[in-house]
Amino acid sequence: MTEQVPTADTVTPTGETLNVLHKRFKKAVRQDDRDGYDGILIDPARLVEVATAARDELGYDYLASATAVDYLGKGDHLEMVYHLCRTSGGPALVLKAQTPRENAELPSLTGVWSGADFQEREAWDLMGIRFTGHPNLKRILLWEGFDGHPLRKDWREAYYEADQKPFDSRWPDGHVRRAEQDNPYGKNVRYPDGFVLDEYQSTAEDALYADVALGLDVSADLATERVVVSMGPQHPSTHGVFRMIVTLDGERIEALEPVMGYLHRNHEKIGERNTFLQNMPYTDRLDYICSLSNNLGYALAVERLMSLGSRYEPPTYRAEAIRVLMAELTRIVNHMWAIGFLLNDLGAFFTPMMYAVTERELILDFFEATTGSRMMCNYMRFGGVAHDIPDRMRSEASLINDRVRDENTMEYLHKLINERLPRAIDQFDEYLTTSEIVTNRCIGVGVLSTADAIAASAAGPVLRASGVPYDVRRADPYSIYADLDFDVAVRYHGDVYDRYLIRLDEMRQSIRILKQVWPLLMDTGGQPFFAGRGGIYSPRVPAGESYGRVENPKGELGYYVVSDGGQNPRRYHVRAPSFINLTALEQMCKGHKVADVVAILGSIDIVLGETDR
Amino acid sequence: MTNNSDFLKELHDPELPVPDDMRSSVAVTNLDKLMSTVYNWGRRNSIWPMAFGLACCAIEMIATAASRYDQARFGMEVIRASPRQSDLMLVSGTVTKKMVVPIVRLYNQMPEPKYVLAMGACACGGGPFKDGYNVVGGIDKYIPVDVYVPGCPPTPQALLHGLIMLQKKIDGQSLSNRNSVPWYGRGPSDEATMPVLGPDIIDPRQAHILRRQAGATEQPSEPADTDA
Repeated sequence: MTEQVPTADTVTPTGETLNVLHKRFKKAVRQDDRDGYDGILIDPARLVEVATAARDELGYDYLASATAVDYLGKGDHLEMVYHLCRTSGGPALVLKAQTPRENAELPSLTGVWSGADFQEREAWDLMGIRFTGHPNLKRILLWEGFDGHPLRKDWREAYYEADQKPFDSRWPDGHVRRAEQDNPYGKNVRYPDGFVLDEYQSTAEDALYADVALGLDVSADLATERVVVSMGPQHPSTHGVFRMIVTLDGERIEALEPVMGYLHRNHEKIGERNTFLQNMPYTDRLDYICSLSNNLGYALAVERLMSLGSRYEPPTYRAEAIRVLMAELTRIVNHMWAIGFLLNDLGAFFTPMMYAVTERELILDFFEATTGSRMMCNYMRFGGVAHDIPDRMRSEASLINDRVRDENTMEYLHKLINERLPRAIDQFDEYLTTSEIVTNRCIGVGVLSTADAIAASAAGPVLRASGVPYDVRRADPYSIYADLDFDVAVRYHGDVYDRYLIRLDEMRQSIRILKQVWPLLMDTGGQPFFAGRGGIYSPRVPAGESYGRVENPKGELGYYVVSDGGQNPRRYHVRAPSFINLTALEQMCKGHKVADVVAILGSIDIVLGETDR
Repeated sequence: MTNNSDFLKELHDPELPVPDDMRSSVAVTNLDKLMSTVYNWGRRNSIWPMAFGLACCAIEMIATAASRYDQARFGMEVIRASPRQSDLMLVSGTVTKKMVVPIVRLYNQMPEPKYVLAMGACACGGGPFKDGYNVVGGIDKYIPVDVYVPGCPPTPQALLHGLIMLQKKIDGQSLSNRNSVPWYGRGPSDEATMPVLGPDIIDPRQAHILRRQAGATEQPSEPADTDA
């Protein structure tokens, strides 16, 4: 009954597509024939044409991910990698375009997919590829004036020790040396040679306001002045350290520019120094509400890469069942949290949130008992999971009402899945769905049309609330989702209200999945939860590339991993749904009142750890 | 309500005699001790934290404020969105170079007495992201910290412990000893220095090192790997 996870080898859309494209573009397209690689290399001059053809003629209407790789010492070029999908389902088509490292330049695809906007800005910011035709090519995660493009392989951070961990200075003798001791400033800073402080003028803030139009609008009877408001990064509605530069005409939004990077903690640069397994705990801290589903995506990406090697063994069935259990419980945690916070943003301050957090705590108790941690679970491994589900849940750390809990884990889960959580979801539905606070503020607000949602690469509930039944669990099944019975929730109005409703729908579908997974766990009790003899700690990852994607609660979470065959990834990129979903924010907010921005942002449900990485 | 006799014992000046049979209901004390104790008792039980979540730890901070752990038991449920109304800055998460500028500004905007609690490994010392080019290795490099709560993230219990430690710290502060805390001294206390976003973050307090380094650019800027 075990179904082999489809690997990049068995189902690849490259062949058929290449034939079609080759007829038209001749030499401008060719197969990427490096070992372990897949996809189509495109002459940069024809990139826009090929992309348009892929979208309009081949049906690859959705740009899932766009990212850059630095092949220093291996061709010495920068490569832009685009993953295209069909919203009707199927695996991704990979397009690639190369450019020399000096004066790197590629045509922008923002005209084909507006979803390329932020991803290209990120590639400019971190890799230094200039995109011709991009309407707003500014740094996005760092600030204007930052020195260099940090994801280039020859760029070194202030605390640089070696290219790869484990660092020789620490290992094998276990030296502890603090990097700040070697730094003249005693902290994590590094200035370019010849930097003169007294002549320096910071441009970080000025750049944000550079294109903001001020002035008096005298077209109507009422003359109103345009006002520019900076919302955030410390603002109770921004769910963390997100910032928006909002241009207002009266109370109406005229323009909105998201400003991010306030939590840019260099996930990818650190990830490229780390060994493959060392990245697992870091993925917890991406979307820190859904650490377990983040683990799953990364495990899938690396397992796909490992499956190119000879000694690979796929995860056991029990491991897959546990993974699905964890991912779906996480979805419920996330959507509870999202709904609670949406209501917070609408003005129902903290009361609905309290109910949401109560249910979350119950699920977290199970996570803590199984993984050892409430939030940062670090639980999945390549080939399975780190521990089995314990027989009993003992919780000595949280003495609630002076009671030490000691319960049978599976019974606890059964009660949770069959009684407690469905009741909580119904309760939300009953109290909130028809509540005036919700209906008046949400219906018809922040509408994102179907076409715009696809073009802007929106993912997850945002995409599905706009009428696109696209769910990676169905479109490109992974783990055991193909065997499970559930519906892809979809709503059609694309407003805040539908984005709220779809989260209720998805929680109900998750319950449905959990009810099927529970017996599987009972049946497979005692079977191995980890495959392979090699041990958990030393995965052998062959050279190549892979893109592993999962349907995270917030949308498609993808990991693009490039391996040179060593211990560390050459490139480790995270396609973060929170980040890309924000592309459509301005579109959704234009014309609405400033108070609606808060509701719209709440309905997108961003987490800054993932947005900024 | 805390135990009455504990409170009286704390208030009591051991040098001033009270008959044994009255110890449960009477305390004799000096003016400074009376003022400090009563004033601190009021402050410690009404700390208003600022609504200010940075990263992962903010989620546990919210969980601490929510139903199960109920921060309101310590008088800390009034979470203010404005620094002008807050007493406590919970630095809950990774401090990046881009974010440290607003954090220092917010800290300067808070009225005194003000406290800072560094929650989690990142805020204490950079945590797992310490090597990152955009990460500040601990908020104490820019503003003074009163309580450090380690953990990644700290559990709500750990955060509550940190908050109780802060209450103890407040208990020990004296109104008459002007050196114990800056805000009871003469004149306004100094503001924290605002860093500047340059090619990397610039701390104006280190301008002299920067100038010295700029003068010596001919020498390699990479420090030698010698002491390992």
